[in-house]
Amino acid sequence: MFIKIEIEKCTGCGSCINACPFGAIEIKDYKAFITEACTLCGACIESCPEAAIIDERQKIQQKEKGKEYSGVWIFAEQSNGKIASVSYELLGVGRKLAAELNSEVSAVLFGPSDEVEELIKWGADKVYHVNSEEYRFLDDELYAETLINLINEHKPEILLAGATSVGRSFIPRVAARLRVGLTADCTGLEIDKETGNLLQIRPAFGGNIMATIVSPTSRPQIATVRPRVMKRGEYLPEKTGQIILVPPLKPKGRVRILQRIEDVSFCKINLQDAKVIVSGGRGVGSAEGFKMLWELASLLGGTVGASRAAVDEGWIPYAHQVGQTGKTVSPKLYIACGISGAVQHLVGMQSSDIIVAINKDPNAPIFNIATYGIVGDLKVIVPLLIKKLKEGVGE
Amino acid sequence: MKIIVCVKQVPHVSEVKIDPKTNTLIREGIPSIMNPYDLHAIEAGLQIREKMGGKVIAITMGPPQAEEVLREAISMGVDETVLLTDRRFAGADTWATAYTLSKAIRKIGFDLIICGKQAIDGDTAQVGPELAEFLDIPHVSYVRKIESVSDSELIVERLMDDCYEKIALSLPGLITVVKELNTPRPPSIRGKIAAKKAVIPRWNMEDIEAEEENVGLKGSPTMVKNIFAPPPRGERMFIEGTPEQQVETLIKELRRLGCL
Repeated sequence: MFIKIEIEKCTGCGSCINACPFGAIEIKDYKAFITEACTLCGACIESCPEAAIIDERQKIQQKEKGKEYSGVWIFAEQSNGKIASVSYELLGVGRKLAAELNSEVSAVLFGPSDEVEELIKWGADKVYHVNSEEYRFLDDELYAETLINLINEHKPEILLAGATSVGRSFIPRVAARLRVGLTADCTGLEIDKETGNLLQIRPAFGGNIMATIVSPTSRPQIATVRPRVMKRGEYLPEKTGQIILVPPLKPKGRVRILQRIEDVSFCKINLQDAKVIVSGGRGVGSAEGFKMLWELASLLGGTVGASRAAVDEGWIPYAHQVGQTGKTVSPKLYIACGISGAVQHLVGMQSSDIIVAINKDPNAPIFNIATYGIVGDLKVIVPLLIKKLKEGVGE
Repeated sequence: MKIIVCVKQVPHVSEVKIDPKTNTLIREGIPSIMNPYDLHAIEAGLQIREKMGGKVIAITMGPPQAEEVLREAISMGVDETVLLTDRRFAGADTWATAYTLSKAIRKIGFDLIICGKQAIDGDTAQVGPELAEFLDIPHVSYVRKIESVSDSELIVERLMDDCYEKIALSLPGLITVVKELNTPRPPSIRGKIAAKKAVIPRWNMEDIEAEEENVGLKGSPTMVKNIFAPPPRGERMFIEGTPEQQVETLIKELRRLGCL
């Protein structure tokens, strides 16, 4: 095992038992003992008042890391020519990281777009652009191959991509081939002042714990970043930069998109980009009940989400489902109506900026994470809310 | 058709909770289950076998007790299973996991590999696409519908953030599936008996000819530096009063925070 207890130092105080999230430490004969359940998470190390717990991995990671790698890259995703919002967020955090590392920020853009200059104004010093129709939509192998070539040629130190359906699908191929670390769905990124490593912070176990991940020996350090978590940087309309056209590769054609189905109702949902989500659960009571949620959502310029209970009842289609088996969202405002707040739902929405919960049951778990809790009948509260908003109360 | 389904034993995440007093995970009696997405992957494999013939092989990597999920797979109707277990595999991140699986899968041979979209403990969704890269085969993520299957091609629908796409995937290939795809069948009586009787082959590092520097913790480019409880959410309040007052206070608060 890589985590060891120095038996002579251990006083059997049991501090580590409380620190271990996995129940992997036992006290036997007044000494701590690590069991097979240990996942090497390292949570116990700092808990020990006697410094008796040793992480042997520290020794392993002393490999020399490539000094020739420098620069922060972001993968700028586009959808049908329009650059995705997450790309600008990545530029925001990318600039911060680059400032600490004293390096520059480059964006990689695949597919045609009229908005290439925008990437520069939002913070990119360089844009590597493959301006080819073949790159308009996600082709995992083509995207991966092209990005691998660019990385091998230019050797960036860090690569960030959105944790979107595009980024999460093809970036793993890049990491696999390059034999480098990849951290999924990060919600925080910092530079470790001591080592210069990228500290990649992400939720695990359905958001019940947070973990800091590092890739100490491989470069580039690659992470996908959850949309709507990072803040955009400053928009500089006068900023100039270099656009480097990269010749396209030929698609392998082992995966072919036959048709794109942009179902209108489906697109309207776009929960992940919504700034406001009004969400309904079992308490809404019927498909009819969702109508007032739609009205409230459109008043607030948002869209409608749902808990699994409401979807299973058939009151609203699956595409609206928020939670572990649905979408993960982080709007500015999340209004949970008649949702009790099962963990599976909470993990999908708990990173929302402001959560309002309306529920009859004052003990509903949703209130534990709600910024504002209203104990009451949503069938009274929601129509009142609509009425008062229309009247312009408090403006 | 030879179909391989990758499965994983995970802790029942929805029962993992934080003790509000100590801010640590309450861990007593958390059961282990098959990753929920993998049940849909197995179901997809079985349905394709029913149409095309051939066999479905479930594979997992984990400690000896991970055998339980393979028995569950057999009870649903899977033909064969393989357990990759070796102390040297412990502590693997997605890179080392995908590498190890790829070595075993090459040894077995395959036409199609099916994975769940992601495992609910790590939620990375990385092993499927990484595995495809190691095997140099194409992949399609987030499959919500399998429209047709032939010996050389799968026609599937891929669920994207803002639309879905109908896609032709050449075989051999890999798909990762979402729950919308199907409803997993419950175990049959015959399946349960078979599961009980089955002798599950165990392969170690030598069996799959994997290199030690690429497996387990040693082979993992990422490492967990530390874990901590999620920061508690900021201010929290109940809004009291009559419904009218509640609604007015709420609107005022939301305006104050610039939400409206």
